[in-house]
Amino acid sequence: MEDDAPVIYGLEFQARALTSQTAESDAIRFLVGTQSLKFDNQIHIIDFDDENNIISKSVLLHQAGEIWHISASPADKAVLSTCYNKNATQLLSIFVATSESRVVTCGAVWRMPPEWESGSHESPDDPHNSHNPQNLELLCHLDNSAHGNASSVLWEPMGDGTRVISLADNHALLWDLTESSTQATISSSATLEGKGQLKFTSGKWSPHHNCTQLATANDTAIRGWDLRTMSQIYCIENAHGQLVRDLDFNPNKQYYLASCGDDCKVKFWDVRNINEPVKSLEEHSHWVWSVRYNHSHDQLVLTGSSDSRVILSNMVSISSEPFGHLVDDDDLSDGEDNNQYDKSKEPLQDSIISTYEEHEDSVYAVEWSSADPWLFASLSYDGRLVINRVPRALKYHILL
Amino acid sequence: MDGDICATATTPPDSDPARKRRVHGMLKLYYGLNEEGKTVDQAESMNPCDINGTHFDPEVYLNKLRRECSLGELMDQETCMVKQIRSLDSDMQTLVYENYNKFISATDTIRKMKNDFKKMEDEMDCLSTNMAAITEFSAHISGTLQDQHAQITKLSGVHTLLRKLQFLFELPARLNKCLELQAYSQAVSSHRRARCVLQQYSHMPSFRGIQDDCHAIMDKLAQELRQKFRDGGSSAKDLSECVELLLQLDEPAEELCDKFLIHAQSRLEANLRGLEAELRPPLSSGPTSVIDPSIGPARRLSAAPTAGSPTDPTSPGNPFLSSSSRTDILEFIDRGCNEFVSSLCLVIASYQELFVNRPQEGELASKNIPHMAIGKLHAFVDAMATCYFLLVERRIQEEKSVGDNSLLVRALDRFHRRLQAVAKLLPGSAVPSQGTEIVVRAARERIKQYLAALQRFYLDSLRDVRQALAAPRLGGSSAGGGSHLAGPATGKDAPASLPELLSSLSASILNQIKSVLASVHLFTAKDITFSNKPYFKGEFCSQGVRESLVVNFIKFVCQSSRQFCESAGDRGGSTPPALLLLLSRLCLEYETSTITYILTLTDEQFLVQHRSPVTAVAALCGEAREAAQKLLNHYVKVQGLIISQMLRKSVETRDWVNTIEPRNVRAVMKRVVEDTTSIDVQVSLLYEEGTRKAHSSDSSKRTFSVYSGSRQQTRYAPSYTPSAAMDTNFLSNIHKLFSERIDIFSPVEFNKVSVLTGIIKISLKTFLECVRLRTFGRYGLQQIQVDCNYLQMYLWRFVSDENLVHFLLDEIVGSTAHRCLDPAPMEQSVIEVICERG
Repeated sequence: MEDDAPVIYGLEFQARALTSQTAESDAIRFLVGTQSLKFDNQIHIIDFDDENNIISKSVLLHQAGEIWHISASPADKAVLSTCYNKNATQLLSIFVATSESRVVTCGAVWRMPPEWESGSHESPDDPHNSHNPQNLELLCHLDNSAHGNASSVLWEPMGDGTRVISLADNHALLWDLTESSTQATISSSATLEGKGQLKFTSGKWSPHHNCTQLATANDTAIRGWDLRTMSQIYCIENAHGQLVRDLDFNPNKQYYLASCGDDCKVKFWDVRNINEPVKSLEEHSHWVWSVRYNHSHDQLVLTGSSDSRVILSNMVSISSEPFGHLVDDDDLSDGEDNNQYDKSKEPLQDSIISTYEEHEDSVYAVEWSSADPWLFASLSYDGRLVINRVPRALKYHILL
Repeated sequence: MDGDICATATTPPDSDPARKRRVHGMLKLYYGLNEEGKTVDQAESMNPCDINGTHFDPEVYLNKLRRECSLGELMDQETCMVKQIRSLDSDMQTLVYENYNKFISATDTIRKMKNDFKKMEDEMDCLSTNMAAITEFSAHISGTLQDQHAQITKLSGVHTLLRKLQFLFELPARLNKCLELQAYSQAVSSHRRARCVLQQYSHMPSFRGIQDDCHAIMDKLAQELRQKFRDGGSSAKDLSECVELLLQLDEPAEELCDKFLIHAQSRLEANLRGLEAELRPPLSSGPTSVIDPSIGPARRLSAAPTAGSPTDPTSPGNPFLSSSSRTDILEFIDRGCNEFVSSLCLVIASYQELFVNRPQEGELASKNIPHMAIGKLHAFVDAMATCYFLLVERRIQEEKSVGDNSLLVRALDRFHRRLQAVAKLLPGSAVPSQGTEIVVRAARERIKQYLAALQRFYLDSLRDVRQALAAPRLGGSSAGGGSHLAGPATGKDAPASLPELLSSLSASILNQIKSVLASVHLFTAKDITFSNKPYFKGEFCSQGVRESLVVNFIKFVCQSSRQFCESAGDRGGSTPPALLLLLSRLCLEYETSTITYILTLTDEQFLVQHRSPVTAVAALCGEAREAAQKLLNHYVKVQGLIISQMLRKSVETRDWVNTIEPRNVRAVMKRVVEDTTSIDVQVSLLYEEGTRKAHSSDSSKRTFSVYSGSRQQTRYAPSYTPSAAMDTNFLSNIHKLFSERIDIFSPVEFNKVSVLTGIIKISLKTFLECVRLRTFGRYGLQQIQVDCNYLQMYLWRFVSDENLVHFLLDEIVGSTAHRCLDPAPMEQSVIEVICERG
């Protein structure tokens, strides 16, 4: 059973921000934000045709500045949010003029122009298309100068696209978007108090508990927040030996959380017992920047690291399907066949499924496709986007 | 009659033989006899001239005479002849006369005999009539005497009966007397004689009375015997007699056995209490733990003196019973042997003599006493031995100090040896094997203790090393100038002592192992009785010493080393890096030589027979190497992180947009180089240099292809062909294609260069990642340029492949340029000037 070769797409700019288009459940579509200080930054909409193994892309201009973080609305395909540095050229002019400037990172919600989709069907080779990219339409800023630099914007998982959280320095701000997302108002906020300059490096909105929980990372600690009271509910001090870089919630097990960081480790936590990680992996040879659970099969965990590798792990033992595919009630009535079937699947072990070495530079983002659970993209700093699939053998093993 | 005549005729033998012969011949002729003397006569008879011969021929004789003799002679002859004839005639007359007389006397005699017989016949007749009369009389008398005789017989019977009765009647008194005189055996034999009779006639009231009396007396006697038996003060002989008598008295043997054993038990328990009292004080509060609580205090008191202990150890109020009065284990075992085991042996011996080996007679034989008795004895001995063993085991368990093993071994040996006596006395008893088990357990326990002691020693040594490492650094840090971060030891003193510390550590551990091996070896010494038990020959050596002790210790060393790596990772450098380095070297030395040496030593000393599967040397070496690798990797990681931390802070905390034009290399870079140098010194103390790739003549001077427009364009040439993506990046990544992928936190080799390369890789990669997260102004870029150049100047010499440093620094400057708002690089010459100025 031969696996398809990975599909590689090169951006002309460096890039860190990658997200799948959450609201899109048919097409395999990823959004990539570029980082360039000198040129207009872009958002690349990468469409992948699974059957023909062809990538097609559209480019939208993001003139506000270089993109550090991007996330897509779960409700409206056309709406997305970015965290970006203020336009470099503007910055530079201020800098030159006053020789006193600060690099400020802002958050904003954007709408893609309705025509972009028509362009996606054109050949990516067509230079015409790429030379006339369309601009994003700004819906609203998630700005509050009092709260400092935004590091990420989180949409309410599976929500109606009206609630977002932005993490800015040591504040977590919960925004309500109204009037078709053109108005953003802070409904509540939480502040991390403590010695020194505390700063949220990353965060994740839990899809469980009716979306009332948030997990954030700052320095080596992971904190959980209750969004109803905006108060801290747990804190895993020294979750990692070094900085915690990323978090992800297990989509199927409400208390399970994965984290990764500069100690090259990926750790899995049960937030009810924060003293010890449930499991710890140390497979990467440098900092791990991104960790993602597969949306449907939570034993599949994807990690990207600055050792330029992407690793797909099979964490069966702590997944919601420790003994393989859960048998539905209907299937249970089938009797014996099923039992034999289940037994044959029990001896699954936690293992590394595959290490992907297509990247040449640090991989800062990995993301599962929201449309096809067997497909994922990874983005390295040099602008290379690689789309890979879960090995077929494993896929069938999980499915069958 | 002829004889007589002949004899008389020849009576004068010396008379003239010729005449005699002649007479004889004549008589012969007369009687017609010619048998005897025939041959003699033959020669004579041949001569016809022999006048006395048979063949005498008078004619021949006459002629002869006439021819030969003269007339005178003839005349003479004739006169002689006449003379002879005349004498012969007279002889004949005499003979006839004589014979006639004889005949007459014979006839007379016969006649007289005839008369005598007649008379005798008459007398015989008279006698027979008399005899008949006598017979008659005799019969008559017998008839009359018959009745009287019967009566007399009856009377004599009555007499004997009466004597017996008298005995019976006197019996109680006699018994009493015996009792008074303590002549128990006599009493018992008397009673025994009477017992059956009394039993038989017990239906008669008088006898019954006697019997009852006797019973009463005998009961008393038995009571006394029992008392005597119980008191036990009497000698063995007395005791044996006692038992014998009691047995004869139909005392149930079982009860006797029980009594005897209970009696013995009290004595043995006294011994045991004595022993128990020597155990630790907390145990004295619960004396019932071993001793059967059913025994009353009175007996306990009475038994106490026999224990022979100078102080009464059972008194709980004795405050001196604490550790001061505690004896060492040898004394304890000695005491146990001398008191308890000896007593036990004594009890067994006397018991066997009393109950088991005694000759069986009469009804006693049928009861099969020995069988029952042996059974009881076994149960008893087992029970007592169990108590004893409990105490011994408790005592052995208290033996925690591992200082002098010989004491314990000797104690165990003595313990074991003395139990052999029990084995001899009581074959088939489980006691000796239980004793052996205790010894085996003790040995096992001992090995565990030694392992624990070794582990403790190891950890203590590590702690000492830690302190030794920490101490000079306090002085050294001020000399080093940098007081922030618990970085590597900067002072010279600390590194200087590293090899010494290592050698002293490994030597002391090795010595400790050796001494432990020597101690353990005592268990298998030739003169130790239990050393030839199968356990001590086989399992003890292979599983015990080799596996549980030596192999486990080595594994422990490796494991504890690994723990340093794991725990330190999260808690952030709780272990000084120098210790990691030292341990890594230690593990490596273990891998190369020490493990082999220790195991060979063990195998030789204990002649381990590899019957059971044992851990292979190679496996242990592998483990040690793995530990060494892990430690070294961890060392690299820790040191790398320390430097990374400095770099990260320096990048993150600065406002790179609004920075001033670089005039100096930043202090943190100098610090990085300083630290790297001191790490280099530290590592070189323990590890070899290692190989490095040849480098150019002057690697410190190297122009960065920092930022060139061409490169930028080549690298990010726009191309939207996904399939051609590889080509797009080809040029930009040409370097990466030719150099190998850099694994940052990758395993290092066991040499200095590799270690330093690892540390520098980690540091520079951190630098790179941090730079990429920042935005730079023109001077920010220039500062980074200066810093990188400075690092280049100093770091290349530490690494195996200087290209690596070049590449990483290139990347840093390149990334900085990308992140620069106004990328105007500094002139290389200016950079160099700044760098050289320092």
